[in-house]
Amino acid sequence: MDLEPSNSDIEDHKPVVALHDAVAVLGQFPALAGASLTVRRGEIVLLRGPNGAGKTTLLRLCAGLLPLVRGTGQILGLDLTTQRESVRRNVGLLGHQNGLYFDLTVGENVRFWGATVGATEAEIATAMERLGVADRLVDLPVRQLSAGQKRRTALACLVVRRAQLWLLDEPHAGLDASARDELDATLREAAGSGATIIVASHELERAGALSTRAVDVVAGQIYGEQS
Amino acid sequence: MSTWRIARLVAVKDLRIEAHSRVLINQVLPFAGVTMVIFAFALDADSVLERVAPGLVWLATMFSLLVLVQRSFAVETDDGALDAMRVAGLDPKAIYLGKAAALSVELLILEVVLLLTAVILYRQTIPLDGVVLLVLTLLTATCGLAAVGTLYGGLASGFKGRETLLPLLTLPAVAPVLIGATRAVESALGTAGAVVSDGWPWVGLLAVFAVAFGVGGSLAFGPLIDE
Amino acid sequence: MTTIDKEATLQSNRSGTGTRATRILGIATIISMLWLVAFGLGFSPADRDQEEAVRLMYVHVPTIWIAYLTFVVTAVASGIYLFGRSKSLGWDRLAGASAEIGTVFVALTLVVGALWGRLTWGVFWQWDARLTTTALLFVTYVGYLAVRRLGGSHQQRARRSAVIGLLAVLLIPLVHWSVRLWRSLHQEATVLDSDGDIDMDGLMLFSLFVGVVAFTLFYIWLLLHRTRVMALEDLMEDRGLDQALSERRNEAASMNAAVPNSEEI
Repeated sequence: MDLEPSNSDIEDHKPVVALHDAVAVLGQFPALAGASLTVRRGEIVLLRGPNGAGKTTLLRLCAGLLPLVRGTGQILGLDLTTQRESVRRNVGLLGHQNGLYFDLTVGENVRFWGATVGATEAEIATAMERLGVADRLVDLPVRQLSAGQKRRTALACLVVRRAQLWLLDEPHAGLDASARDELDATLREAAGSGATIIVASHELERAGALSTRAVDVVAGQIYGEQS
Repeated sequence: MSTWRIARLVAVKDLRIEAHSRVLINQVLPFAGVTMVIFAFALDADSVLERVAPGLVWLATMFSLLVLVQRSFAVETDDGALDAMRVAGLDPKAIYLGKAAALSVELLILEVVLLLTAVILYRQTIPLDGVVLLVLTLLTATCGLAAVGTLYGGLASGFKGRETLLPLLTLPAVAPVLIGATRAVESALGTAGAVVSDGWPWVGLLAVFAVAFGVGGSLAFGPLIDE
Repeated sequence: MTTIDKEATLQSNRSGTGTRATRILGIATIISMLWLVAFGLGFSPADRDQEEAVRLMYVHVPTIWIAYLTFVVTAVASGIYLFGRSKSLGWDRLAGASAEIGTVFVALTLVVGALWGRLTWGVFWQWDARLTTTALLFVTYVGYLAVRRLGGSHQQRARRSAVIGLLAVLLIPLVHWSVRLWRSLHQEATVLDSDGDIDMDGLMLFSLFVGVVAFTLFYIWLLLHRTRVMALEDLMEDRGLDQALSERRNEAASMNAAVPNSEEI
């Protein structure tokens, strides 16, 4: 299956993520209090850290959802302060919520997202097979799925969008062992095809085996090997 | 992906959700119908009801509009789908136009049902020479209502207290539509001696309103749903 | 204003937001208000039909005119914030303060107008074009103020409010048009038209002019104070952010002592 990012206009030596002393706020609270991180193409970076450390905020910032209040940041060479809209198109985020429509079926959800990027029927079908939501589940309304099945559907929607940077917030949560293996395989393949992945996870062993590098997010800042 | 293409996808998606969940048919239409009935309890005079029937139709429409808008955005916030659309970099104009289009379809169905209810409950008759005016009024008023509703619905959806913020913003904004649509329908039905030719200036006003808020809304939607 | 300038303002104005400019303006306002009282209540003649009740007009008309001015200022400031390059929050504060004052002035217009109506025609309210539009104007800007209070960072508030401010300006002519057209259908409206029956002689016109001047000065004085208070509020929140940032960083430093070194995998 072709998981190659749709727009390979970033040279290999330029970092995919380049944050320096980034501050992002939730209301008046500085969830990110000066975070610095550099991620290169093809890496799979694990974000470790306790709840409330700012991992989710970091991912949302990199997705272009939150404004950068202080510091500098470039994602895929695009400036986070001035080019936030452009950043979004090339990034895929799987947050705590799945972004699904409960009243639509699995197939309808994935097809909607696929259609927005012009994916073919074949690509959509492959994405669903890959994540194990074809066959039995495809015509079920999302409302009737288990948490793990919803997660996989959401991942299928992400896969079909062919983003260059994947941001995953606890992707393994709610998945059984075989589903987790499938997910890991999908992620490795995506990274192999040139996507860059940042994963926030409490599954230290599994995510640790998957990732090329790990950093610690503590109280809004990043520690560990930052580039 | 052109804006129109994405708008069409979003509109079809919304209508598909409605087709599956049947909220309009099962909940909103009965609600509107009940409103028409309790107007009769409150106004307690057949002659009064007949005289104000067009106004009551549009009042019931206004209240139902609030319910429909809340629903339209509830499906987006239930699982973070609107956020997902933002992250995907879908043009907010397209999201706005798509949702407004779907809302328009639902509103039109609602208005037709309410008119028929008025024919039955308030003894209205629809003269043949008023039909064109009636249809044009329905179309232009609906577009204006959908434009305003989608815009403020999007804004309110991101906050607590959205249920009270939405009416506060929407009802004053649709006052011109309420005034114009009621007068135009009175002219079409011949209520209180009005003639069809009186209605055309009102249709003009409704059309200008729809265009003004359609354009303004599509530009404003992006900044209003953004963080 | 840079952070340093704002700090300086905070330091030098411990007793409030007054400066030499506002003091002069304040005195000018008081003087013109006294003139208004003198002319409005004293020198100007009573109206033929309305007698003394017409004196309410010297407050009622200026307040609505100034209110429209405030909303124009809000719209322009909103536009400058949204489309300008500097994105200076001063424009947002100007828009917000102006709208607050405008909303109060509209409320004042409605109350004085209601009193006037009661005195002259025996009714507190009538559905004529002007009153109806004014009422809708009031509610529209209450909505704008509600949107300002939705929270978030200052830039988020500014952007959101600016958009709503511009939409309100789009709405006003449409409301005006629809209400005017509506009330023109009801012939009785012209009889009850607010100042249609008043024969304005020179002294009355002059009193009205004094009223406009007095309320304009009052508006500017209020605006200066309110924008300064808002700037101080924003500054306090910024300082709060700085403090929260350093607290969080200290928290990180102390926790990091306990965190094991990360590994290359």
